[in-house]
Amino acid sequence: MLRFLARRLTLTLPVLLGVATLVFSLVHLVPGDPVQAMLGESASPQDIAALRGKLGLDRPLYQQYAAFMTGAVTGDLGTSLRTNQPVVRAIAERMPATVELALAAMLVATLIAIPLGIVAAVKAGTAVDHGATTLALLGVSMPNFWMGPLLAILLSVELGWFPVSGRGTAAHLVLPAITLGAPLAAVLARLTRASVLEELRELYVVAARARGVSRARAVLAHAFRNSLIPVVTVFGLLFGSVLTGAVITETIFAWPGVGRLLVQSIAARDFPAVQGCILLIAVTYVAVNLAIDLLYGVLDPRVRYE
Amino acid sequence: MLKTGGCIVALALLAALLGPALSSLDGTEQTLALRLAAPSAEHLFGLDELGRDILARVLAGARISFLVGLTVVSVSAVLGTVLGAVAGYFGGWLDDVISRVIDVLLAFPGLLLAIALVAVLGPSLANVLFALTVIGWVSYARLVRGQVLRAREFEYVQAARALGAGTVRVLWQHVVPTASPAIVVQATLGMAGAIIGEASLSFLGLGVQPPTPSWGTMLNGGRAHILDAPHLTIFPGLAIALLVLGFNFLGDGLRDRIDPRQRRA
Repeated sequence: MLRFLARRLTLTLPVLLGVATLVFSLVHLVPGDPVQAMLGESASPQDIAALRGKLGLDRPLYQQYAAFMTGAVTGDLGTSLRTNQPVVRAIAERMPATVELALAAMLVATLIAIPLGIVAAVKAGTAVDHGATTLALLGVSMPNFWMGPLLAILLSVELGWFPVSGRGTAAHLVLPAITLGAPLAAVLARLTRASVLEELRELYVVAARARGVSRARAVLAHAFRNSLIPVVTVFGLLFGSVLTGAVITETIFAWPGVGRLLVQSIAARDFPAVQGCILLIAVTYVAVNLAIDLLYGVLDPRVRYE
Repeated sequence: MLKTGGCIVALALLAALLGPALSSLDGTEQTLALRLAAPSAEHLFGLDELGRDILARVLAGARISFLVGLTVVSVSAVLGTVLGAVAGYFGGWLDDVISRVIDVLLAFPGLLLAIALVAVLGPSLANVLFALTVIGWVSYARLVRGQVLRAREFEYVQAARALGAGTVRVLWQHVVPTASPAIVVQATLGMAGAIIGEASLSFLGLGVQPPTPSWGTMLNGGRAHILDAPHLTIFPGLAIALLVLGFNFLGDGLRDRIDPRQRRA
């Protein structure tokens, strides 16, 4: 297991280096002078020179790169131009809200997808299965920036059940969590269906049924348990959708998370904060996928010896 | 599924091509006195915050969606196929470099890198096309690389090589065609992804800029009027969902047709 862990870590480090390099180069992709772009057309030459010095953009490129990498490793991502706050602190303040939303969305997705996927698999080929599959495709096709406002119109404006925006109580979490979780549920339901269907055809399930095990027990205790392995892996990929979806969902519902911070920073041309948010989200995604990879190795020992 | 998807996409394409010409309404003409007017016999989808006809703008927005989808998918597919084929066929350092670039790009979830690129390059349709292509080619390259790795060992490929066929000929005529069904499926699903991608960026204010009608921009404009004029949100969103559903149906149907095992699973 240790060798497996070391191999996976070795593969991850170059990716992280590449991610950080790409994020570093973002500010150099700005057409024209990035400092001018941040401060606007009306900025004085003195202000431009001062900010250029503050951001270190007056130094040679290799020094800028070294400083960025050192900062990324030591947790210093610079200072936000918009709030004058260290970027790391701004992100840390917003992180709990994003984590809360992401976990709630994953919970919503799981609660919808697993039963839907199992029912579709057990009733494969019937109207129930076709209905569930179509529902899943509908879920994938509905963009969250449409579903969110629709839910708000229906459940907040018309019925008054939930607050339309902000964060505070559990009620505030419901609409953003459904908006973010529903498209994930669609993907997860399709995968659960395929995975359970495959396991249902295995001999051990047929043998269990022949021994007199009830259909429900054969599905839940035998087929479903083993079908979880590919489902767990896809959680890693789905987490990426959660992170990107959070940018839009947080914007719709004024949810004070990292995604909203990113959008606000883009609007203010606050590039240090933009770089910080992008780097953090990408690194989180890589870390979650590494964790899932390791978990997969635990769940299915064959993976460790590939 | 294939037929349903094909019908939806064909209808949407017809609407995009002919709609603005057939409709007597102009999506840019403003009737401020009637701003936010609800759907009526005269304006089937109602009017927006500047008194513009939403149906005319939805039809014009379909052109942007198809333009983005077709451009991003065709450039991404060509670029990804070439790079994936080169990586898979030649292996060695070329494969290492291309595979590491793919790994790094895949480390950015979903649209994140596209958001970052448009954020620094500035909001415009050209930058949206560029950003979506930067993240789009990766899936084709991975797909083709995998197929080519298998195909280069096939006997008929080795026979072609032994008969003196050049590298380009072997790749183009014998190796890449084995990947083409999978590329077609990927491209169909990629259309859905590109359309949602453009709409997402425009919704965030990073894509197509007003007054050009884009479904994402229209939804962004509708946010401020969600309480008093929900039709600003309902119709452009419905258009996106329907078209994306059409491409998803089409992609799934094609996949089933090409690989019947998928249908059984």
